[in-house]
Amino acid sequence: MTTKAGTTLAVDPSDPSPPPAVRLLRRRGVEFTLTVVAVLLSVYGYCAVGLAKNGTVPPGAADYGAGLGVLALLAHLVVRLRAPYADPLLLPIAVLLNGLGLVLIHRLDLETPADQAAPAQLNWSTLGVALFITVVALLRDHRVLQRYAYVSVVAALALLALPILFPPVNGARIWVRIAGFSIQPGEFAKVLLALFFASYLAANRNALAYAGRQIWRFRRLQLPTGRVLGPIVTIWLLSVGVLVLERDLGTSLLFFGLFVIMLYIATGRTGWIAVGLLLACVGAGAVGWLEPHVHSRVEDWLHPFASIEAGQGANQLAQSLFAFAAGGLLGTGLGLGHSTLIGFAAKSDFILATAGEELGLAGLSAIFLLYALLVERGYRAGLALRDPFGRLLATGLASIIALQVFVIAGGVTGLIPLTGMAMPFLAQGGSSVVTNWVIVALLMRLSDSSRRQYAPGPPPTGAHQGTEHQGRGEVREGRGA
Amino acid sequence: MTRYIRRAAALCALLLLALLVNATRVQVLQSRAYDDNPANRRPEIARWGQPRGDMVVGGRPVTGSKDTGEQLRYERTYRDGPLYAPVTGFASQVYGTTFLEHAEDSVLDGSDPLLSFLPLWNDITRDQNAGGAVVTTIQEAAQRAAYRGLGTRRGAVAALEPATGRVLALVSRPSYDPSVLSGNGPEAAEAWARLNGDASRPMLNRAVRQTYPPGSTFKVVTAAAALDTGVVTDLDAPTRSPDPYTLPGTTTSLANEVEGCENASLRYAFEWSCNTVFAKLGVDVGLRAMTDTARAFGFNDSGLRIPFSVAPSSFDTEMDRAQLALSSIGQYDTRATPLQMALVTAAVANGGSVRSPYLVERTTTASGRTVAGSGTHPLRQAMEPTTARRLRDLMRGVVEDGTGANAALRRATVGGKTGTAQHGIGNSGTPFAWFIGWAQSDDAIEPQVAVAVVVEDAEAVRGDISGGGDAAPIAREVMRAVLRASG
Repeated sequence: MTTKAGTTLAVDPSDPSPPPAVRLLRRRGVEFTLTVVAVLLSVYGYCAVGLAKNGTVPPGAADYGAGLGVLALLAHLVVRLRAPYADPLLLPIAVLLNGLGLVLIHRLDLETPADQAAPAQLNWSTLGVALFITVVALLRDHRVLQRYAYVSVVAALALLALPILFPPVNGARIWVRIAGFSIQPGEFAKVLLALFFASYLAANRNALAYAGRQIWRFRRLQLPTGRVLGPIVTIWLLSVGVLVLERDLGTSLLFFGLFVIMLYIATGRTGWIAVGLLLACVGAGAVGWLEPHVHSRVEDWLHPFASIEAGQGANQLAQSLFAFAAGGLLGTGLGLGHSTLIGFAAKSDFILATAGEELGLAGLSAIFLLYALLVERGYRAGLALRDPFGRLLATGLASIIALQVFVIAGGVTGLIPLTGMAMPFLAQGGSSVVTNWVIVALLMRLSDSSRRQYAPGPPPTGAHQGTEHQGRGEVREGRGA
Repeated sequence: MTRYIRRAAALCALLLLALLVNATRVQVLQSRAYDDNPANRRPEIARWGQPRGDMVVGGRPVTGSKDTGEQLRYERTYRDGPLYAPVTGFASQVYGTTFLEHAEDSVLDGSDPLLSFLPLWNDITRDQNAGGAVVTTIQEAAQRAAYRGLGTRRGAVAALEPATGRVLALVSRPSYDPSVLSGNGPEAAEAWARLNGDASRPMLNRAVRQTYPPGSTFKVVTAAAALDTGVVTDLDAPTRSPDPYTLPGTTTSLANEVEGCENASLRYAFEWSCNTVFAKLGVDVGLRAMTDTARAFGFNDSGLRIPFSVAPSSFDTEMDRAQLALSSIGQYDTRATPLQMALVTAAVANGGSVRSPYLVERTTTASGRTVAGSGTHPLRQAMEPTTARRLRDLMRGVVEDGTGANAALRRATVGGKTGTAQHGIGNSGTPFAWFIGWAQSDDAIEPQVAVAVVVEDAEAVRGDISGGGDAAPIAREVMRAVLRASG
């Protein structure tokens, strides 16, 4: 990583020009092919479930394939028209994960005839794709969003606070139920908060990095002035505080990680990581001590089989571990596992257990790698972008996906304490699917911008300005560190 | 900023790596431990997720499987459940398995690695083999004859093919239908409680798991010992035995139920079951030779499996002479399972050698490929061949002239021995009626069947007559069924 920066410096420190021309094409044909493959894979999975459970290709296969295909095609067309330079992998990955999620939910629906979740998920996915299309079509330049930083933070806090007015569900106060629909406003708040962090940090990064009081020798830890740091810490504390009140551990962990990562990327101060970790430990300790809900989660993580030894049978985490273990290397095959033993959260928090049991370590690794590719593409867009806001937004959005996948996958496989959260695209949950489609839409826009600047022909307006700023920033950082 | 984005990306890569490593740990490295956790219901679900293999009697399955559509999907069903219960046992989703269902469980549920062509490949794919079949040695006609013969009386029948040790019939009454225990609903729990609470103990396999005092049928063993050791050389020479016989070292005197036992020949004593003669013979033979002979017949062997375990029959090895005298006529603490007494008569019929009994002819895959045959069964010499020939002579006499006339068959040679065993405090219990015997049709070169019958609640007519009266007709019908089937 340093080589590249070093090379740039050696050639000409002030030269803002991009690295040697990569042959950059629009690659829309690749995207189309991969999207078709993603749809076909999902339809194949749908048929496999039907064959395993009833011995016949399910009658809804054509409808399911057509529905998913039309959605994917529409999304692809709008990308072709409005973001022709966008990364060709983002859309196929999103389609495949969403399609696979629908298959898994449908598969679990077969075990619970009274509780059908797949149709609703398909509706929400449709809404998500519609928003994807809207964002890609209407948002011509991501920098426009920078203007709405304060609007979005107010909206985010409002959304976060909203569920306090509604009764808790399964121990967490994170749902809003209106007219039969239940919405998780915290999901939408993620994007808005990332937007605000990116905007604020982009505007104040120099002040955060270099101004202020030095409290440790050699500038290892340098606290910026309260005037600069104050607002963002306040926002962050507010959001995390609200989430703790609502007992939404997963999301508060996500916000915390997001904040620390974005602050680190913006300022490059390792000290922030230290402070972040310290705060995390203090916070986790306090929450674990004050909240019996959290305490029991940690106990479950440390001793997943305690309830078995106590003669109360396996708890959800133990059942999840059994499911993963039953999958082994190659899995039992779609529709042939018994992850329904996990109970009520099998379609939401624990959907990964079904993937692990029926697709095995091979399938699970493939899913992890799909997420990793999605994250990597987000980071790549961030690296290639020239404006700090775009860079921070792209890395922030990608980090949301990465952290979310890690927290939930680590939770259900016993790596870290379990916190209720939705696996992006995979899990049942309308708000989550919609939000993730918006995230992918933003990443599409960001990657389009990042790749467009290398494209032959005139760069989009304003790109040069950002580039110059960026160039100077790099040089100064190089000296400072 | 580039550097920090790259570092953050590296952090994400690290998180991914942690997930992959942890998934490998759970799904591959420790999966066996999770699979084996007692709270994990998957092995149970997999076990009942496919039809269990069948047990075959005479080419027809006597078991089946019923698709319930529940989580534990296939339930065991039984054709003629009560008839075959001592053979099949039960396969319950709640209460486990017994007898052949237990002993051949891995074949029946498909988990036996021998069922697959490529066991290692199955290990990787975790495919389950279809349940294999267990072909039994039971002969349906003999089994039915024994079951019908016992009727409503308590008792048991064991029949063998002397030359091979194949178990031809294994019946215990009262019996029960194992299918009532198959499921996991309240009906199964109810049936379980009822069967266990029943004073007549219908789930007890009396043919192999219950020992009885063998009474006079044990005189075959005593006679074999006397002939083998040379205590008696001439079947027709008078023995020097008093009537009544005072047990050595005591003032207790032993009497007979029949006349003419004083100084009777071995033939007369055997045919009319003189207690005094055999009690004295046992003492004359001595403890050492008596226990050796009993052991050679299979007594005191706790390792017998057919393939489920058989309760050991016992002949005490430390006794004074009075106890030895009583033991030699099948009293005191001599005890035998019906199967053991069938082995005694099979040894006589088979020229003095005993074949280990077995109940499973072979096991096959669902498609019929043989997985395992019955294998070789060890042969043990219980007595000299000449002794066996003379005992056959004596046993034939019991049926032709003596107490076992009820066992006679036309166009066949039948040998037998009746017995009535007193038990309970002061012999207050209803005596057990015994009959052991063998049969050879006139055109066969060797005896085709050896059988032992015990009836627990024989009519309270004391003496050996009841063995002949109650047990011999049952034995006759079983032997007739076998001879008819093999002829």
